Amino acid sequence: MVDVSPSTLSGPQGPKPRKVISRRNIFLYGTLFVVAIYYALPLYVMIITSLKGMPEIRLGNVFSPPVEVTFAPWVKAWSEACTGLTCDGLSTGFWNSVKITVPSVFMSIAIASVNGYALANWKFKGADVFFTILIFGAFIPYQVMLYPIVIMLREMGIYGSLGGLVIVHTIFGMPILTLLFRNYFTSLPEELFKAARVDGAGFWGIYFRIMLPMSVPIFTVAVILQVTGIWNDFLFGVVYARPETYPMTVALNNIVNSTQGVKEYNVNMAATIITGLVPLTIYFVSGKLFVRGIAAGAVKG
Amino acid sequence: MNNSVEIKNLDLEFGSVKVLQNLNLEIGKGEFLVLLGSSGCGKSTLLNCIAGLLDVTAGQIHINGNNVTWSEPSERGIGMVFQSYALYPQMTVEGNLSFGLKNAKLPKTEIAQRIKRASEVLQIEPLLKRKPAALSGGQRQRVAIGRALVRDVDVFLFDEPLSNLDAKLRADLRVEIKRLHQNLENTMIYVTHDQIEAMTLADRIAIMRGGQIMQLGTPDEIYGQPINKYVAGFIGSPSMNFLDGRIKGREFEFGDLSIPMTGYNFVNGSPTDSETTLGIRPEHVVTGELVGNAPFQTDVTVGLIEPTGSDTLVDCELAGTPFRVRMDGQAKVSVGETLRIGLNPSRASLFDKQTELRL
Repeated sequence: MVDVSPSTLSGPQGPKPRKVISRRNIFLYGTLFVVAIYYALPLYVMIITSLKGMPEIRLGNVFSPPVEVTFAPWVKAWSEACTGLTCDGLSTGFWNSVKITVPSVFMSIAIASVNGYALANWKFKGADVFFTILIFGAFIPYQVMLYPIVIMLREMGIYGSLGGLVIVHTIFGMPILTLLFRNYFTSLPEELFKAARVDGAGFWGIYFRIMLPMSVPIFTVAVILQVTGIWNDFLFGVVYARPETYPMTVALNNIVNSTQGVKEYNVNMAATIITGLVPLTIYFVSGKLFVRGIAAGAVKG
Repeated sequence: MNNSVEIKNLDLEFGSVKVLQNLNLEIGKGEFLVLLGSSGCGKSTLLNCIAGLLDVTAGQIHINGNNVTWSEPSERGIGMVFQSYALYPQMTVEGNLSFGLKNAKLPKTEIAQRIKRASEVLQIEPLLKRKPAALSGGQRQRVAIGRALVRDVDVFLFDEPLSNLDAKLRADLRVEIKRLHQNLENTMIYVTHDQIEAMTLADRIAIMRGGQIMQLGTPDEIYGQPINKYVAGFIGSPSMNFLDGRIKGREFEFGDLSIPMTGYNFVNGSPTDSETTLGIRPEHVVTGELVGNAPFQTDVTVGLIEPTGSDTLVDCELAGTPFRVRMDGQAKVSVGETLRIGLNPSRASLFDKQTELRL
């Protein structure tokens, strides 16, 4: 041990002092505040309007909170609002959307993850060509394929059914999801895959027991991407479904844009919020899973 | 049938790049063979071919007398240890060790027995319930070795297993691998770019360059009689001094110096007048009282001193060419001083200047 005698220091020492109120902070937080208001205000207007009765809305005070809180518009939006001829609100559309989204998300992710795994780890002859073609698919505008797919579904006898819509969503999710999974599996250490092969695991063994448990983050990303994408889809829903199989987004449009009678702003607002609730919930619930680093400890840490 | 691994006329190409070319290698039962070379020489590729992780372009691989060229890695009777450990992060240490055995559908009691034995050998019993993330680098590599050990195979393949560890741990585990080899008497093939690891562990070393084996021999042969200039420069630290000159009869002429090559064993008899490179290892240059016995003596001026504790390296010039001398760490020497050095030609190496082969 080297002996150092204590001495009093002069001049700057220790952590550098920082001012809480500085020009930089005022500018930064001021900007953030303005932007936050800009985005939050429409939501605020929607929520308070949906809780008002029609007489109160007619007064025209858009920003004032409801004098008399009523949930009647929410009930009406869910079960009574008229879409064209039928008057059972959003509920049918909601369940249609669930029946479309759940199988489409499951099928597209199941297939795309195996695709990505095979492309990343089991290089087969022509793998690169296959991958290029698949990626090219991501850049073709949907509109180009609308009509051909109508004919295909008609010939297969599933045009207008929920099954047909599920198939369309599964296929259209394929390029971007395969790219996502392939890139993720490529980033996993290759030696892990080699070790599993030496340990005698096969194609499915490695996929289910090594790759899947390490891929929670990317599956979360894929679920978020697909649930929001398919739930919010309007184009495919309106083209490939019939009135009784319309997804929620189409039902919402029909409620909001119905031209007969009075415009019920409160019902429209409530219906819109209900429709947006599902993707919103997904974001809130899965946020935590995003952050976790699952591969920690596999290689040198 | 005495060979554990035989590699016959092996070729491997990635597209148009030839990584391995007509490679032949025979590894005896219980032998510790080290594949040594700088990065990109094909040593890891060769190991992956033996493991069955890469399809070969041409040639055969035999393990224990069976032609395994087309066999799956798990069917070849090999265990492999990777540089990055490659432990399955979501499984416990026990899960990592048993994964291969479960895939082979061994009975539970047998699996438990093998894990017990391997964890005893490697002293990882207290770690069995932990996940890899909760282990240190050295512990992880032990588990990785354990995963090869439980497979109860004849051939172990190591792919730079110690490169990710810090210097002290590396030295410890090196000794442990050597002890493991002495106890188990398995065949081990070990890839490294670290010559100290190669020299300490190997029964035989294969020096690789450009997808070919340059020299295959015991550590002694590789160090003492390097077959060409590349091997001579690659092995030994600090590296060998090279002096470009001419050989005339039994005299090596270099600048205004003339070094008698008495006691040097020429490979094909002594050549007549030709351009030659003389290689002398810094540790074979004698200083101090020993100079008197050396066949050739000269004076140099000390240019730079690098003390390492155990020895001191002295940079100087010999007839205009940079030259390094290793002295004892206790020796007193200072910059600018004149140093008397002695060379012993019997411990030097001569290489043809054109072909770079040993003379």
